[in-house]
Amino acid sequence: MYGRTADGGRRTGGRLRRVDPGWWFAAPALAAIALFFFVPVAAALVLSTTDFDIYAIASRSNLRFVGIGNYGRLLDDPMFWLALRNTFYFVVVAGPLSIAASLAAALLVDARLVRFKPLFRTALFLPVVTTLVAVAVVWRYLYHPRFGLLNHALGWLGVAPIDWLGDPRWAMPAIILMAVWKNFGFNMVIFVAGLQSIPVRLYEAASIDGARGWTQFTRITLPMLAPTFLFVGVMTMIGYFQLFAEPYVMTQGGPANSTLSIVLWMYEEGFRWWNLGFSAAIAFVLFAIILVFTLIGMWWRRGGAEETAPAVRA
Amino acid sequence: MGVGWGDEYRTRSLSESCTTVLNLGAPVAALRKRNFSLLFLVAMPLALGACRAPAGEVEFWAMGLEGEVVARMVPEFERLHPDVHVRVQQIPWSAAHEKLLTAYVGEATPCAFQLGNTWVPEFAALDALDPLEVRIRDSELVRPDDYFAGIYDTNVVGAHTFGVPWYVDTRLLFYRSDLLAQSGATSGLGSWESWLDAMQRIKREAGPSRYAILLPLTEWQTPVVLALQLGADLLRDGGRYGDFQSDAFRRAFDFYLGLFRDGLAPRRGDAAVGNVYQDFAAGFFAFYVTGPWNLSEFEKRMPPALGDAWATAPMPAPSGDGPGDSVAGGSSLAIFRRCAHKDAAWRWIEYLTAAEQQVQLYRLTGDLPSRPTAWKEADLVRNPHAVAFWEQLQHVRSTPKVPEWERIAGKIGQYAEAAIRGDITPHAALVSLDDDVDEILAKRRWMLARAEAGQK
Repeated sequence: MYGRTADGGRRTGGRLRRVDPGWWFAAPALAAIALFFFVPVAAALVLSTTDFDIYAIASRSNLRFVGIGNYGRLLDDPMFWLALRNTFYFVVVAGPLSIAASLAAALLVDARLVRFKPLFRTALFLPVVTTLVAVAVVWRYLYHPRFGLLNHALGWLGVAPIDWLGDPRWAMPAIILMAVWKNFGFNMVIFVAGLQSIPVRLYEAASIDGARGWTQFTRITLPMLAPTFLFVGVMTMIGYFQLFAEPYVMTQGGPANSTLSIVLWMYEEGFRWWNLGFSAAIAFVLFAIILVFTLIGMWWRRGGAEETAPAVRA
Repeated sequence: MGVGWGDEYRTRSLSESCTTVLNLGAPVAALRKRNFSLLFLVAMPLALGACRAPAGEVEFWAMGLEGEVVARMVPEFERLHPDVHVRVQQIPWSAAHEKLLTAYVGEATPCAFQLGNTWVPEFAALDALDPLEVRIRDSELVRPDDYFAGIYDTNVVGAHTFGVPWYVDTRLLFYRSDLLAQSGATSGLGSWESWLDAMQRIKREAGPSRYAILLPLTEWQTPVVLALQLGADLLRDGGRYGDFQSDAFRRAFDFYLGLFRDGLAPRRGDAAVGNVYQDFAAGFFAFYVTGPWNLSEFEKRMPPALGDAWATAPMPAPSGDGPGDSVAGGSSLAIFRRCAHKDAAWRWIEYLTAAEQQVQLYRLTGDLPSRPTAWKEADLVRNPHAVAFWEQLQHVRSTPKVPEWERIAGKIGQYAEAAIRGDITPHAALVSLDDDVDEILAKRRWMLARAEAGQK
């Protein structure tokens, strides 16, 4: 031990090794992260290996260590697979839809012909900052099967009224529609920033070469936005996997559990029924799922960057 | 912020009740800010010697409308009991259960609170409640024989009584008497058979776009009421396992699903029913199984043209001539074990459950009193719509007294909905229900087995 420090060539030679001052600067932040992030996460991990429930709240002697029992029970539970299916449904449909809506809105707001750009940007960003509960009240009216605006509009097209929030087949599409409307503004702002960072000379050069609007969009705008796409895609995916507030305020997971998401199920198990051990296990499974998909996204980004690079140079 | 407000109040009440007598207001106020221990050294002996110390502040949690209305009863109580201050906190029904549990875990419980009857076993299992039987025995105001027996019983868990019934809730039939008369049904609503006959006749008259009865798909109450009537225990072996494949529950479940199968009840979801009152007035359905809160709602919302074409009736019995049993629900008042001013809290509960205040609560909210004397005082027994509840309340049974009941009830609703929608067969629904309930009760079985082993 002692010899090793001597090998390191440090003159001080004593027990007090010099610590890089950088660590001292980072220490407060690291301490805060350790205290408020790693400790709770470790505690939750321990919690997920117990059967902590209301009986355990009454007396700690009622607490049992169950190892990975909660995880086994979870995989056996049809509710888990149902909630997982619903969550994937939401991520797979609402994710791309939301990104497409954001991009379309960003292109419109960023178009050279548009006036009052800040006004439109603010207006389209408004749903993001509006309280979800207030939004939900309004959307419940829009979705009302007999008096709702949406069914009224569909009536003009000759479509029979849809029981949006009461029919298990339509409840998730209704939630998706609302979520996309509520969230597209945020990604729109990021896309606008991405669009503005594309050098104008690329478009000028393309125009000289005779490339028109659509070609410019597919050959310049989209490739140049690739890093933005990946960022937006990964962040949206992470956010959408944690679907909770929309079904919580609109449908409470119903009808027939058709809008029960993983996080909503976790909330019910944890705070409605106080099965905190089981609920913590759900949280870790969700974390693992999100981690896997995020890693896939990162891996794709590395591969994707190499592909897009020549395109940019061209 | 809440804590700060409370502290401020406490010091204010202290100075009001004592220092005005002693004329020491200004020095005490000055000391209060600088040195708290000094304040106590000076003020405590004075307070103890010279004036009556306040019996305490009672924080009281009540849900929904009751929370709103009960605040109006506080001034009169405080006039009668100047040494008790009651602070009412209103919490929404939809989050009440979570909030109470979270408060208990976070050691931030109120002193006294409104507790749904079906939650009593759960909070008793948590050891969160103060047993009240001694207080009740010594009380001149709370008299167990002046309560509906089935309702009172929901507060008794094992050897202890944990709550005093505040108002009652049960389920029975609201129906359109004119549609019933038109249908030509004459055999009354005493038995399932005559009830079913009436519904079938009404459906025949109503045609395909109208129904005989409205039953919200996820509600567990109706199938449970029917099963209780047939003597189903719902759980077996002392609440260790689900007993939903029993003959009694099977028959009740079959009768319930039959109402949907035969087209007597609409299969649409809750959201499809835009407004129960408008639909009821329009004759979209003729029967509705619901509770007392709808008495005042129906009186308010039925169009005048409908007049007295609507009525209430106790639940029909499986055989014979009713009334059949229904569920014993409602709210009780209880005291948390951690309460610092239990005597003061008990006086508040005695006050609220007295017949006079129950009548007042009924007038303000429509909540039905839990004491027969209050019914007589409010002349409720002569109210044609309320009298069915009077009869029904003599025939109420409590749901199984296990802490897991709330959760089990949710499962019953869930599988009933799946069976109604045709997602699974009735048999499969009951098998799965038993499986799920057995799993919910696994911890309870372990605890009971451990307790038994400990006794040996």
